Amino acid sequence: MNSMKATMLLVASATALAACSKKPPEILPPAQVTSPTPAPIDNTPSQSGPIVGSQEHFAGAVGSSSVIYFDTDRFNIDSSDAAALQAQAQYFAQYPQLTFTVEGHADERGTREYNLALGERRANAAKNYLVSLGVDANRVRTVSYGKERPVALASNAAAWAQNRRAASIIIN
Amino acid sequence: MMKFTVFFAAIAGLMAAPALAQNQDLGEALGEGGDVADVALDGEALADDGPLRGTVTDESDWSDIGIAIPAFATDRNRTTPANVDGTEALGREVARVITANLRNNGLFKPVGPDSLPQPSFPQTKSPSWGTWSGRGAEMLVHGFVVAQDDGTLVVGCYLYDVALQDELIREGYEVRPADWRRAAHKCSDLVYSRLTGESPFFDSRIAYIAETGPKDKRVKRLAVMDSDGANHRFLTLGSATALTPRYSPDYSKIMYLSYVDGNPRIYVYNIGTGKQTLVTENTSPTLAPRWSPDGRSVLYSMAVAGNTDIYRVPVTGGRSVRLTNTPGIDIGGSYSPDGSKIVFESDRSGSQQCYVMNADGSNQKRISFSGGRCATPEWSPRGDQIAFTRIAGDFNIAVMSPSGRGMRVLTNGWQDEAPTWAPNGRIIQFFRTTRNSGRSGLWQVDLTGDNERRLPTPVDASDPAWGPIRD
Repeated sequence: MNSMKATMLLVASATALAACSKKPPEILPPAQVTSPTPAPIDNTPSQSGPIVGSQEHFAGAVGSSSVIYFDTDRFNIDSSDAAALQAQAQYFAQYPQLTFTVEGHADERGTREYNLALGERRANAAKNYLVSLGVDANRVRTVSYGKERPVALASNAAAWAQNRRAASIIIN
Repeated sequence: MMKFTVFFAAIAGLMAAPALAQNQDLGEALGEGGDVADVALDGEALADDGPLRGTVTDESDWSDIGIAIPAFATDRNRTTPANVDGTEALGREVARVITANLRNNGLFKPVGPDSLPQPSFPQTKSPSWGTWSGRGAEMLVHGFVVAQDDGTLVVGCYLYDVALQDELIREGYEVRPADWRRAAHKCSDLVYSRLTGESPFFDSRIAYIAETGPKDKRVKRLAVMDSDGANHRFLTLGSATALTPRYSPDYSKIMYLSYVDGNPRIYVYNIGTGKQTLVTENTSPTLAPRWSPDGRSVLYSMAVAGNTDIYRVPVTGGRSVRLTNTPGIDIGGSYSPDGSKIVFESDRSGSQQCYVMNADGSNQKRISFSGGRCATPEWSPRGDQIAFTRIAGDFNIAVMSPSGRGMRVLTNGWQDEAPTWAPNGRIIQFFRTTRNSGRSGLWQVDLTGDNERRLPTPVDASDPAWGPIRD
């Protein structure tokens, strides 16, 4: 277990160093806020559990932290987003072979083209935050779906809040 | 050397993309449409005294004009690919199309061929006045359909003033049988323009997005149709989401956004060949395609590291010029008819508002100060108005002058967005989304806001883009 932790640290610091040599992202994430340490990740999946590299495995490890949510027309990373992204960063540090996509989404109460641009902003805000936590930018692809792919189907404030999101999806 | 560079840039811009992958969602090519050739009709040339009364914005008088539109006559009933029952039945269809055009737009009170006597072929040039004055018709449309030996059709179109017992105007059109509806639209345009003094708009096409399926798994396909909904075609198969089409000014191409390679990218779809190319080779997402009025260059918006700005590029490829550079979202853009200015949308002030800049990107000034937000601005083809999506609680279609004055809200749906102008700048189409269900449809409204109607489409519809009047 000790050696495992050491490996994790090495991987994490290596990716952090790699990230440091890159120029800062154009949209800077807000200053980090202290947040509760995410639950430790179980990195010894059972034989019958989901395999590493599947979305199921990622979701099983980070739980609801695979998605972050935004206020209307906003794209800033608030404290609960930061905690979720830290959980994601920890997972991606543990599995450095994985690449993934951050999907940016908007609610239906916006015009179509603006929402595509807004989804881009959100996906990039999440990506930039992950990169600031040491995830190599080359491992993170972004895509915006604007308002075209809602998860909550009603037309009310609660549904719109669920649809204003950036969701991390494992590619391999 | 200069020539070589330009040529190389064009190749790089349009041909480098892997053709197979980017064409995989495309349906069969539509092919080039036929022409409508004007033909001279026998008779004296008529002096045009100008419009009879008013303009569309007057919302008065002439909308009550009764127009009789009996079946178009034929010299002899001949077989034609345009109608299984021959030219006589085709003449009736032509009159029906004209009647529907004039009625559906709330412009006149037309009476169609199904409740009117059938004029003979000679009567099209010499109306039986008594028949029509007795029916209370003020205006009379006559016409004929003649199939020529080579299969082409000649459609004659005459407008008469019943009270004056006088001919107001006439035109003749030669078309391929497949294009017979275009002749009916040209005749509708002739009547409309002569009576209102406005420019024509019926002989035009609309590109839009056809939508099917549940709200969370919506299939969105590129589709096109005539201004009256006829000649409907799906251009993409639906495996990739298609959005925001725009017809080129000459109808030879459509620019639109497709996720065919997994990312939102603008493609230039060639209607004749049924193939498409990327508008620009770039790894960043490209959004919101727009043509310049001369069709030579295009505007697109590109998100780089989350920051969206507006760019211009020659349609043949080459170097892109960045027109905006604020940290906010700058997106869309619509040229003034003379090509000198661009109205666009930006949230640099903190919320979506409309701005005007010179075509080279200089002198950017906000014009929307009427409360609420201003999105998807579209410059009228007449140049006198800008239509936009006004967000103030609900989403509605509104117009204002290019300086931002005289704002008027024209619709009152829950979510009406994405206005597009009729070629004559007198009618606006948009799409309306229903709360909760997410169902969407195309609607149109005139500048008075009084004449609003839904356009029939085979399935749900969004993102209408009205093309110009056809030659």
